[in-house]
Amino acid sequence: MKRDKILDVKNLNVSFKTYAGVVQAVRGVDFYLKEGETLAIVGESGCGKTVTVKTIMGLLPEEQAIVNRDEGKIDFKGEDLLKYDDTKMTTIRGRRISMIFQDPMTSLNPTMKIGDQIAENIIIHERKSKDEARKDALNMLKLVNIPNAEERINQYPFEFSGGMRQRVMIAMALACSPEILIADEPTTALDVTIQAQIMELIGELQEKTNTSVILVTHDLGVVASVAHRIHVMYAGQIIEKGTVDEIFYSPKHPYTFALLRSVPKLSDDKQNRLYSIAGTPPDLINPPKGCPFAARCEFAMKVCRIKQPEVTSFGKTHESYCWLHHPKADKNEVPEILLRERVI
Amino acid sequence: MESINNIELKDEIFERVGVDKELSEHLEKPSLTYWADVWRRFKEDKLAIFGLILLSIIILTILIGPTLSGHDYQLINASIKDQSPSAEHWFGTDDMGRDIFTRCCYGGRISIIIGLICTAVMFIIGSSLGAIAGLKGGWVDNLIMRIVEIVGNLPYLVIVVILTMVMGRSVFAIVLAMSITSWTGTTRMVRGQILQLREYDYIEAARALGADTKRIIMKHLLPNTLGIIMVSITMSVPGFIFGEAFLSFVGLGVRPPKTSWGALASAGQQKLLFYPHELFFPCLMIVLTVLAFHLVGDGLSDALDPKLRK
Amino acid sequence: MEKTNRETLIEVKNLKKYFKIKRNVFVQAVDDVTFDIYKGETLGLVGESGCGKTTCGKTILGLYDATDGKVIFNGIDVHSLTPEEKKDFTKKAQIIFQDPYSSLNPRMTVGDIIGEGIDIHGLYKNKEREEKIFELLYTVGLNREHINRFPHEFSGGQRQRIGIARALAIEPNFIVCDEPVSALDVSIQAQIVNLLMDLQREKGLTYLFIAHDLSMIKYISDRVGVMYVGNLVELTTSKELYKNPLHPYTQALLSAIPIPDPKMEREKKRIPIKGEIPSTINPPIGCRFASRCKYVMDICKEAMPKLVEVDKGHFVACYLHHKEKAN
Repeated sequence: MKRDKILDVKNLNVSFKTYAGVVQAVRGVDFYLKEGETLAIVGESGCGKTVTVKTIMGLLPEEQAIVNRDEGKIDFKGEDLLKYDDTKMTTIRGRRISMIFQDPMTSLNPTMKIGDQIAENIIIHERKSKDEARKDALNMLKLVNIPNAEERINQYPFEFSGGMRQRVMIAMALACSPEILIADEPTTALDVTIQAQIMELIGELQEKTNTSVILVTHDLGVVASVAHRIHVMYAGQIIEKGTVDEIFYSPKHPYTFALLRSVPKLSDDKQNRLYSIAGTPPDLINPPKGCPFAARCEFAMKVCRIKQPEVTSFGKTHESYCWLHHPKADKNEVPEILLRERVI
Repeated sequence: MESINNIELKDEIFERVGVDKELSEHLEKPSLTYWADVWRRFKEDKLAIFGLILLSIIILTILIGPTLSGHDYQLINASIKDQSPSAEHWFGTDDMGRDIFTRCCYGGRISIIIGLICTAVMFIIGSSLGAIAGLKGGWVDNLIMRIVEIVGNLPYLVIVVILTMVMGRSVFAIVLAMSITSWTGTTRMVRGQILQLREYDYIEAARALGADTKRIIMKHLLPNTLGIIMVSITMSVPGFIFGEAFLSFVGLGVRPPKTSWGALASAGQQKLLFYPHELFFPCLMIVLTVLAFHLVGDGLSDALDPKLRK
Repeated sequence: MEKTNRETLIEVKNLKKYFKIKRNVFVQAVDDVTFDIYKGETLGLVGESGCGKTTCGKTILGLYDATDGKVIFNGIDVHSLTPEEKKDFTKKAQIIFQDPYSSLNPRMTVGDIIGEGIDIHGLYKNKEREEKIFELLYTVGLNREHINRFPHEFSGGQRQRIGIARALAIEPNFIVCDEPVSALDVSIQAQIVNLLMDLQREKGLTYLFIAHDLSMIKYISDRVGVMYVGNLVELTTSKELYKNPLHPYTQALLSAIPIPDPKMEREKKRIPIKGEIPSTINPPIGCRFASRCKYVMDICKEAMPKLVEVDKGHFVACYLHHKEKAN
């Protein structure tokens, strides 16, 4: 199936002014999103994944954030969102691209009934009457599987559990049938049993409405069942891109490899030591000039410390930024999975 | 940059070096103590710095002003009464020929000292009761909070009038009268802070390590409430200066020959139509001092707010 | 198999912890929990937020007074100690917290934080104290230069390691690890878990490891207890729990774990749990899982099932399995 690109981000750079210096949070990020697909952006806190999606939404604090609006580009169906000012973004935000956040409690207004909060969005963006909007709100609540929706619509956020609140957030985000849904760590604050339900819901709704989804998370396990493609971010850069299977079964960057291996599997027991990465990510006030992962990478070579790795492609969809794939690289003791040509 | 990008990919640079332990735990940001960090943010606030400079000038003037002007604040000289400001008498003279600038300096000492003492009393009583109430909880908390409610609801002015009538119009009486009902707000504030801090894991960690109540107060609770207390102190001093000025203005303040800004303004007010400078200068001093304290207080509370930390 | 006749370090007997919110209204955070912790083992406590696992850990340490029941640590009753004895007890039992941000006092240097226990118990002075702190910093993988820095300058993982060093400073033999990795990034989690396991091996520590992440619990624990709304519903070795979960809640919980493997994840069948967790304020009279259980019977709603050993070392609180045994 050939799908069109709905979003195309090119050479995005975002920095923040702080007292200690300028933090280069996002450094030259390129990616695209196709219609009806789910793209997962995976990385640790501070890697720039949230900043990237907030830039797409135009939600960065203006006094501190510096975005390269001239060289960079966020192409949303022919419109360059980086050139849009705040008033123009309001026609996009919440209507054509909407977002759900990590903490469903702080994202809902505690003094407003759930139904009114969903309806408000519909009234603003679609200019419907109040009754119509409420009817839509009720349908949305049913869509996200909230039991007794007729009753629940008149309740306040505190009467909902965490999982239910996240469902309400999803209902709200999807109320105006957006073309893109951005989910920023939607399950991090929830319990395991609820997490699974919310991920399933996002997957189901995505198939039903054919919305394109960008899923931002730090947990690879969460995205395994719902994502089509995965981008791994580290220190403000995307270091590996690939389909779900490529990333999980044939990672080509030591960081991706480490991320996968550092989560205990149910088959593991205490005798096998967990694979762990030493140290902490670099401070982006003064990012390393070579590969950002070099200081923590056990396969690091001298070149990694001094020069940014070039891209190596493994087939159409799989790319990695790592010196290990250079013909001259020292491949001693490097796990076979990292070097394998193509498996899938 | 160029030279880096053009590094030749020679064989030897592909030598394995592995994890760099030092670099992987490296902290980029400079180390700042808490107060150094507060000072850094305070410095960025232009208005607060202006307030601090203004306050320093006022205090300096009050301290060395009398020496500079060369006049005595009580010397009566009927031949030069009610003069306008001049090179000899910078703020003019009053109805007994006394130099108003010198009197403003002496009055300022009393006003500011009363402000500081009242604030100190208020904080010593207020924060110790608040800390006890917050820490102990239960019936102790209940008792203290009931006392706070009763004292907080006493009519302030009536108490002041009665006290000054009984004890005479001395500085001590004024301080006592103003601080006797003032500490209730501080108690509430400190108690609230302590209740909030008590929930932090580091307090629990200290308890788990076997720390006693004294250590928890001195090492954990107090240092963490100090910021808020400091803001509150800078904001309370002008309140007391105003309070004293008001009491003096209605004739309940310090007794002559002692004077204060309020007493000076009270005297000047009777001559407002003919010699406005006699009211203007004491008032100016009060306004500038109060303004300076407020600017510093605002700057401090912003600098101490962790949410505004960048 | 390997764990027979092991020496018991801690006995938890019918432990109850209720929090009063109003007159005659209590949150029954921990309700009648009984289990043993063996010397040198890691006992995992797992359950969803609000199930009482953290309260249970803190009550065992005596940080909360028990409403009822006993905690016997090496023969002494933790909840009937004099202040002196209590201070002494803190040298043996320590805690590591979940949130690396609120667990370190922002006004203290790293050196003073780690040295707090040393100062309280007067273990070392001056030069010796400093040497000990350097040694602890090294143990948890931090640098000497970090001693005069303040907590906010560190990342979450580094802060968590400072918290571990603080607990280790007074050389305890039992540590309650209260969700020590759930606030951390994946790559850092493995670091902390490995560190905890190395320390256990070197110093012969006993852990009570509290978490909501089942795959982590399974990995690190020798035995696992599953908690639900203040009750312990199942307790067995971690292998047995994953191979043969008996309680319907454990089964559902296990099936919800996300597997970091797309193919397995796509094929996996989830056991959905309907409904919501009952409140701990007025919990149902019978089995607390009854309202959500698909095997529910009449008896489940009448009386709370007891934790019974249905197989060697495998305890479960569910009438389904009690019956089997009776028959």
